[in-house]
Amino acid sequence: MAPVVPTLTAPIERDLRLDLFRGLALWLIFLDHVPNNIVAWFTIRNYGFSDATEIFIFISGYTAAFVYGRAMIERGFIIAGARIWKRLWQIYVAHVFLFSIYIAEIAYVASSFENPLYAEEMNALDFLKNPDVTIIQALLLKFKPANMDVLPLYIVLLMAFPPVLWLLIRKASVALALSVALYVLAWEFELNIESYPSGHWYFNPFAWQLLFVFGAWCALGGAARLAPALRSPVTVWLATAYLVFAFGVTLTWYFPRLAFLIPHWLGEWMYPIDKTNLDVLRFAHFLALAALTVRFIPRDWPALQSPWLRPAVLCGQHSLEIFCLGVFLAFAAHFVMVEFYGGAAMQILMSMAGILIMTGTALLISWYKRVEGRGSGTPKRPPDADLAGGEA
Amino acid sequence: MKKWTALGRAVAIGAIVLCSAAASGQPADVCAVPGYLLFGDSLLDRVNAAVTKEKELKIVALGGVSSTLPGPDGASFAYPARLEAALGRRLPGVKVTVTALFKPRQTAEEMAESIDGILLDYKPSLVVWQTGTYDAVRGTDPEEFRASVSDGVEKLQAGGADVVLVNMQYSPRTESIVAIGAYADGMRWVSREREVPVFDRLAIMRHWYDAGQFDLYKATKDLKMAKSVHDCLGRALGATIIDAARLEARDGTPPQ
Repeated sequence: MAPVVPTLTAPIERDLRLDLFRGLALWLIFLDHVPNNIVAWFTIRNYGFSDATEIFIFISGYTAAFVYGRAMIERGFIIAGARIWKRLWQIYVAHVFLFSIYIAEIAYVASSFENPLYAEEMNALDFLKNPDVTIIQALLLKFKPANMDVLPLYIVLLMAFPPVLWLLIRKASVALALSVALYVLAWEFELNIESYPSGHWYFNPFAWQLLFVFGAWCALGGAARLAPALRSPVTVWLATAYLVFAFGVTLTWYFPRLAFLIPHWLGEWMYPIDKTNLDVLRFAHFLALAALTVRFIPRDWPALQSPWLRPAVLCGQHSLEIFCLGVFLAFAAHFVMVEFYGGAAMQILMSMAGILIMTGTALLISWYKRVEGRGSGTPKRPPDADLAGGEA
Repeated sequence: MKKWTALGRAVAIGAIVLCSAAASGQPADVCAVPGYLLFGDSLLDRVNAAVTKEKELKIVALGGVSSTLPGPDGASFAYPARLEAALGRRLPGVKVTVTALFKPRQTAEEMAESIDGILLDYKPSLVVWQTGTYDAVRGTDPEEFRASVSDGVEKLQAGGADVVLVNMQYSPRTESIVAIGAYADGMRWVSREREVPVFDRLAIMRHWYDAGQFDLYKATKDLKMAKSVHDCLGRALGATIIDAARLEARDGTPPQ
């Protein structure tokens, strides 16, 4: 086997596939976050075990390694580490911003809604009574509002990333092995971060780090190492068979009358398929999807340049902004749907409007970055994530 | 929850089986629920024996605040009492009693702990166990929640009682505030694992909301709508129990 020089001999051109799929994942996350949305039917979680979160975290790991890996080799650990932490800070601020929107929504519901039918649900608003504790717990990332679990995961993953990246550059396989070991330990000893007022993080970072590190490993030469295996027809057949199996199993969730098709022993072994701890069935499902994608969509696939895929690519290139916008738009869509009309037509309209707004915003950000980059007159900018595969 | 209902809902649009006698020209029943939301494969053998042999059906309804209504006589309008009325109507000659035991702010774990005492005190043939809302509000680990419900059901079955699980209410206002999906899924797993019916209050109420039968979004202090929702829930739950226990019963539509 050809020796693979760790990393960075690859041409520094954007792998648009990363942007495309991250953009699509952002759209799917938005659609899934709008409660009671008929369009969410099309999202991949209805057709298999894994969902858009896996895609998002994997690609984020991949791009983070690509961008900061280069910086670490060229400028050293301290500079690269500082850049990673700067990025982490931006994400933290974005999270706090979303939290304040969330609080505004809750306060509105608390002050405007009363119905004797829902006394029990209204307990959820109790935390407004002691904002001192709630806000501090939110700043500590321990208070977890609904649908706001992805950014805290991303923050923790980036926080630990500098030493991980250091090791990945030197001993990629050791780093990956350690990541797998941590994943196993998390399952064995039920490691997770506590949250407030009770319970644990919805996305267990000790488990989900596996996808992030695996993405980073792929970016730093792992993908090249896997290439022969990915080209093998055995892989294609295995992946296809597993995806068909997962699709069959999901069908039985929607059509309980088909549940008899799942033998009892299989159900016992398989269920529950745990999202919090990134169930190995979910991970395998993502791997199968990724293997087929890489196999059948080449890096230079002409359609990647087509205007039809441009909106998703653009969204993927500005993932943090578009992700936050998506969370906000999901709140807003839900608000409009309950306040005015929530029928199927409105659900479709809101979904399309959301995607249009996300695309428009991505377009605007791209335009601004381009204009600003030209105006500054210094072509040599810091190796911004934009150089390769979007932002980290 | 969405994951479960999204496809199901679309299928339902094509295949709605109304419980009401709309076809025969009577006014459509406000409580109408598609049959697939009410009827499943799990059986209630203990209930069947109690009704056919002993002619007496003792039910305990265990739940949180969403199993009752506020006010001094709120409980008499809540779904456990309405279930008693519905079953009494549909099973003439059988003595049906529903004892409602509800406490605010109880997790599934705490409820499961109270089960031994309930079995001893009331010796029910059937326990209707409503849970999930408070756990979702509080943010219990979904996995722990599932395990508690599973343990509770096991205890009830070992103690000789049939079980029907009742999941959360559909609450459009708090839908993006309280994430109930994982808890509803957890109850479904338990229902599969222990072969007990789940009364899918969430999907049923969502159906009513989507079909325009009840405006669950309305802000009101009036108990009127809450009372009719609970009456409908009691009747629908009665239909689920009668079907799962394979009982001969009278028609479900109440006298006008």
